[in-house]
Amino acid sequence: MATRSRAKKTAASKEDLLHYYREMLLIRRFEEKAGQLYGMGLIGGFCHLYIGQEAVVVGLEAAAKDGDQRITAYRDHGHMLACDMDPKGVMAELTGREGGYSRGKGGSMHMFSKEKEFYGGHGIVGANVPLGAGIAFSNKYRGNDNVCFTYFGDGASNQGQVYETFNMAALWDLPVVFVIENNQYAMGTSQKRSTSTPAIYTRGEAFGIPGEEVDGMDVLAVKAAGEKAVKHCRSGKGPYILEVKTYRYRGHSMSDPAKYRTREEVQKMREERDPIEGVRKRILDGKHASEDELKAIDKEIKEIVNDAADFARESPEPALEELWTDIYAAEIPQEGAA
Amino acid sequence: MATEILMPALSPTMEEGTLAKWLVKEGDTVSSGDILAEIETDKATMEFEAVDEGVIGKILIAEGTEGVKVNTPIAVIGEEGEDMSAAEAAPAPAKTAETDEPETGDSGAGQDAAPAASSTMQSPISLKIPAEPDIPEGTEMKSTPVREALRDAMAEEMRRDGDVFVMGEEVAEYEGAYKVTQGLLDEFGARRVIDTPITEHGFAGLGVGAAFAGLKPVVEFMTFNFAMQAIDQIVNSAAKTLYMSGGQMGCPIVFRGPNGAAARVAAQHSQDYAAWYSQVPGLKVVQPYSASDAKGLLKSAIRDPNPVIFLENEILYGKSFDVPDLDDYTVPLGRARIWREGTDVTIVSFGIGMTYALEAADALAEQGISAEVIDLRTLRPMDTETVIRSVQKTNRCVTVEEGWPVCSIGNHISAVLMQEAFDYLDAPVINCTGKDVPMPYAANLEKLALTSTKEVMDAVKAVTYR
Repeated sequence: MATRSRAKKTAASKEDLLHYYREMLLIRRFEEKAGQLYGMGLIGGFCHLYIGQEAVVVGLEAAAKDGDQRITAYRDHGHMLACDMDPKGVMAELTGREGGYSRGKGGSMHMFSKEKEFYGGHGIVGANVPLGAGIAFSNKYRGNDNVCFTYFGDGASNQGQVYETFNMAALWDLPVVFVIENNQYAMGTSQKRSTSTPAIYTRGEAFGIPGEEVDGMDVLAVKAAGEKAVKHCRSGKGPYILEVKTYRYRGHSMSDPAKYRTREEVQKMREERDPIEGVRKRILDGKHASEDELKAIDKEIKEIVNDAADFARESPEPALEELWTDIYAAEIPQEGAA
Repeated sequence: MATEILMPALSPTMEEGTLAKWLVKEGDTVSSGDILAEIETDKATMEFEAVDEGVIGKILIAEGTEGVKVNTPIAVIGEEGEDMSAAEAAPAPAKTAETDEPETGDSGAGQDAAPAASSTMQSPISLKIPAEPDIPEGTEMKSTPVREALRDAMAEEMRRDGDVFVMGEEVAEYEGAYKVTQGLLDEFGARRVIDTPITEHGFAGLGVGAAFAGLKPVVEFMTFNFAMQAIDQIVNSAAKTLYMSGGQMGCPIVFRGPNGAAARVAAQHSQDYAAWYSQVPGLKVVQPYSASDAKGLLKSAIRDPNPVIFLENEILYGKSFDVPDLDDYTVPLGRARIWREGTDVTIVSFGIGMTYALEAADALAEQGISAEVIDLRTLRPMDTETVIRSVQKTNRCVTVEEGWPVCSIGNHISAVLMQEAFDYLDAPVINCTGKDVPMPYAANLEKLALTSTKEVMDAVKAVTYR
């Protein structure tokens, strides 16, 4: 049931390729800027950058439709940008300001957007997996055909609640795509040091969930696999697992000395497998755009990111009263009460 | 335009570091992502990457330099062909516009000015006490066991709102391990009454996700002892998300089930979690005693837009109380109930603790001691106002609960009374609690481990100096 055969690469239009290029570049430049602002002390605490993994969310968003939901763990900036959340609001949350998506109260790991169907942003490894199945449960309960993309990592795939969730999702045919972003390192522990059977996509077999390994450095392969998974879920057949093989160039968080892998390994990935370079090459080889046209896109993205950074620095800190707000939702008037 | 590259902070605590090694030299062209230098912090050596593309114009800090403060300019980068002599001529001001910025990010100065909602630093929510519901004159009272009152509450709310569903182990076909969900599957079907596998962590999380998406789950734990496997989802996901999302994502969910000691089930099945959950901002915590409160409070809990922990008791399930025969009887969360009025001492309890409190009050009355008995009903937000008002009248207080003594609900009430009613107290508050031991199995030891009517009476006599 679990397959390793890579999804067939469908021919992509010029518009599609340029769109993926823009989206991935936005994530990369945004994350580089976040790293810079962190270095300047404007962003604090934990900050997990998505650089290197851009093709995963951009490819899967290309397979989603309006109404579909997404939820992930703490390496979440890419997911928010890919589902069209405002870079200003995301960056201002990173700097802990009033203009942030959580008005400065969530930070890098805890952002949400009901409007964009983005359900976080969760800091406990594995906890977002049953939450994602619960969102998928709501789709089934309501009888709509929406699908919940539930992202987690190779590290989280060793948490028990992931398998509790696989069981329920399969038992109840929940429309959930489990996206395992396998960047090969759970913090500083390589997969071979942490995982008894490395083919995580086969782990659904015990529950009857089909799984597939996907090249996560190729946005077209991700999109094609995503479309297949989504079709399976929408048709009422239950969950689907995509193990997307990817790679993070930066450390686990900002304070990562990277002693668990060699510089050569990272360099090789960047030079040979970079997802943005891959699309760029496709665009140029296919003569879909010229170098100058791509440069114009680079410039435009840079401006968006700089605007976001400016906004994030200028937005004020939350008012002190905010300490006491949003602990409880407003009461609904009780009919029986006098 | 030439821009300065600043010494980065590479960990949340880094203030300065050693510029160990430059991996580029002046005149090199770099693009974003290229490694510029290695920097040693107090913890490790880390690589530092370029964010912008350009040409390294000038290296301002030589490799090997120790104690380089964060945000010190360490190099200048410019566009190809650009003259960067200006940067050379005026080396690195100590404070740039960028280094000024982080000061606004320093929350240290602001903390002193943070407003305190009350002297106990609790959220203002605990100050609003809702009114007791009116029961119209002539309402018929129906003797109902707590078990059925709870079932009726769920059934009424499920009829009223299609988003309400019940899930848990054995809630559907078995009709509840303690028969609390009897008849629900028949009336509402398998779509809304859902048997789960034995997978507390998983189904608690799934319920929370469904609540984020707008449904109103009632999640039954066969007992709250098993909810310890799910407590991360209850505390980290259900309770905190509204706050972490700046008010965007609420979690209208009820976690309910029997809590505390049953009979002869030993240590792992006999814990009272009242104090544990009551500590968590974002949760509401209810522990009813009577059937009418069980019904009215559960209906309110299901309608409440927040996560509610609803702690029942196996021994009380079969106990019958009068329940008003009304179409829609709700009891507001956050309001205590004065069960009997008295003048000599205030006995504060909740849940099954009320059985000791009321028995003791009856026996004490025969001995000429008039006890006022308060059932807290909701533990968070706690109606401390009713307790304080009572103690201002009686000047004495005894608390009663079956849970452990350390950091107990009674401890909290004692602290509140000391802070808010110190001058009214004529004796130290006494907390009657379960003993500070895991629950033993042997019948005689189990009895000893719980509190008792006699302990409550002794405590009342001690605080009234009789």
